[in-house]
Amino acid sequence: MKNNAKVVIIGGGISGVAIAYNLAKMGETDVIVLEKDHLASGATGRCGAGIRQQWGTKMNCLMAKKSIEFFETAKEELDYDGDLQFKQKGYLLVSSTKEEDKEFEQNVILQNKIGIPARKITKKEALKIVPHLNPDAFYGAAFCPTDGHLNPFTTTDAFYKAAKRMGITFYTQTEVLDIKTKNKKITEVITTNGSIKTETVVNAAGGHSYNIGQMVGLDLPVYSENHEILVTEAVEQMQGPMVISFSQNFYCQQTPHGSFIMGRGEPDKKPGLNVESTHLFLDRMSKTITKILPKIGELRLVRQWGGLYNISPDHQPIYGPVKEVKGFYLAIGFSGHGFMFAPVTGMIIAEMILKKPFSIDISGLTIDRFEKGNITIEGNVV
Amino acid sequence: MNEKDIIVCRCSDISLYDLKKLMEQGYTSFVELKQIARIGMGPCQGRTCSLLVLKELAKFLDVPFETLTPPTVRPTMSALKLKMIAKGKNNEEQR
Repeated sequence: MKNNAKVVIIGGGISGVAIAYNLAKMGETDVIVLEKDHLASGATGRCGAGIRQQWGTKMNCLMAKKSIEFFETAKEELDYDGDLQFKQKGYLLVSSTKEEDKEFEQNVILQNKIGIPARKITKKEALKIVPHLNPDAFYGAAFCPTDGHLNPFTTTDAFYKAAKRMGITFYTQTEVLDIKTKNKKITEVITTNGSIKTETVVNAAGGHSYNIGQMVGLDLPVYSENHEILVTEAVEQMQGPMVISFSQNFYCQQTPHGSFIMGRGEPDKKPGLNVESTHLFLDRMSKTITKILPKIGELRLVRQWGGLYNISPDHQPIYGPVKEVKGFYLAIGFSGHGFMFAPVTGMIIAEMILKKPFSIDISGLTIDRFEKGNITIEGNVV
Repeated sequence: MNEKDIIVCRCSDISLYDLKKLMEQGYTSFVELKQIARIGMGPCQGRTCSLLVLKELAKFLDVPFETLTPPTVRPTMSALKLKMIAKGKNNEEQR
């Protein structure tokens, strides 16, 4: 094992590999990525595989747009020989009430201003896009045709391979046990396979980011929560877009492989690190989907699983340095959307570490926003 | 017999030849093979393929079979229709 590096990234999920790739691309290859299990073994490999730009906060809209632009050319940029299963058939947001529909209208105005091609549509138009929607189960809709799907496993693999080719070092099955500091500066990372001298550490540990923060004495404003998903047998293509509702608490998309993947959040879940599968989820998910998309109820369930949302107070990521410890960077608190924001996460964190100009203005996403009390809460989250 | 004709995962149509190529590329645990090639993700959920794949992995890595980690077993045990779960019916009734 190498015993020193300019930068140590903790977490081999999509954020970690994207940060590593961007550091290498900008010329810094003295980087080690540490992963306690295998790549994408945490939240990335358990996520819903959707990519969307229809958000309620300006920051989320900006990051999502930039990320989609990256995904559109990712296969070429990362020179990947596998299949990313990239699909742009849109996200159809369905509302339940007149009030929610009005919110969609407001959000579309914001999204259009930023250049996201979303539009507010009627129930009739929504039924043209997804004919098997139950017309009695929703009020109106919004649609963005360039949202869609991407395979989290192969996308992680693509970033990993590109980063590795450029000289980044990856250690999997290597857990971080402690981080040593001296005079409020990072000095060393202790792992199950040895220690690494470094002055810069990135906390990209997803569901475990709070615990990594504790190692340098921080009480980070994030917690983790199990969100469950199920997948059906694969069938002929029959649903282009992701169908999603915040008020009805579900999302459901057909993957390019043919299976339907769907999830929902449980309002009464306790924070923690367990990723168990529950019958309660299966029961509620089946009821919701059978009501809104009755045809999907005819499909057979293949398996269900859980994964961690790492939740921040405003449901937006927390990027950047902390004032308490020099050399400690955060890429945490994605609140269920770390996969789809990964291209921006990679760019921004690499630019911060190498002191380069930012690709987008993320001044609203550093941790000091919570001290200032100047926060806008993202409501468009399942 | 040609290794391209020996199927180790029938749900995802993976041959022994494909499997060996994946292992040579560095996907050397069941779960990594699962994520990259959908081995064990189909309707059989690993019930047919996992023993075959784990045996090949043991041979490739030259380690005892029992030291390898099999795939996580996830619910449900049989492939129920979602509407039947929603209605709370059992497996016999949906036939």
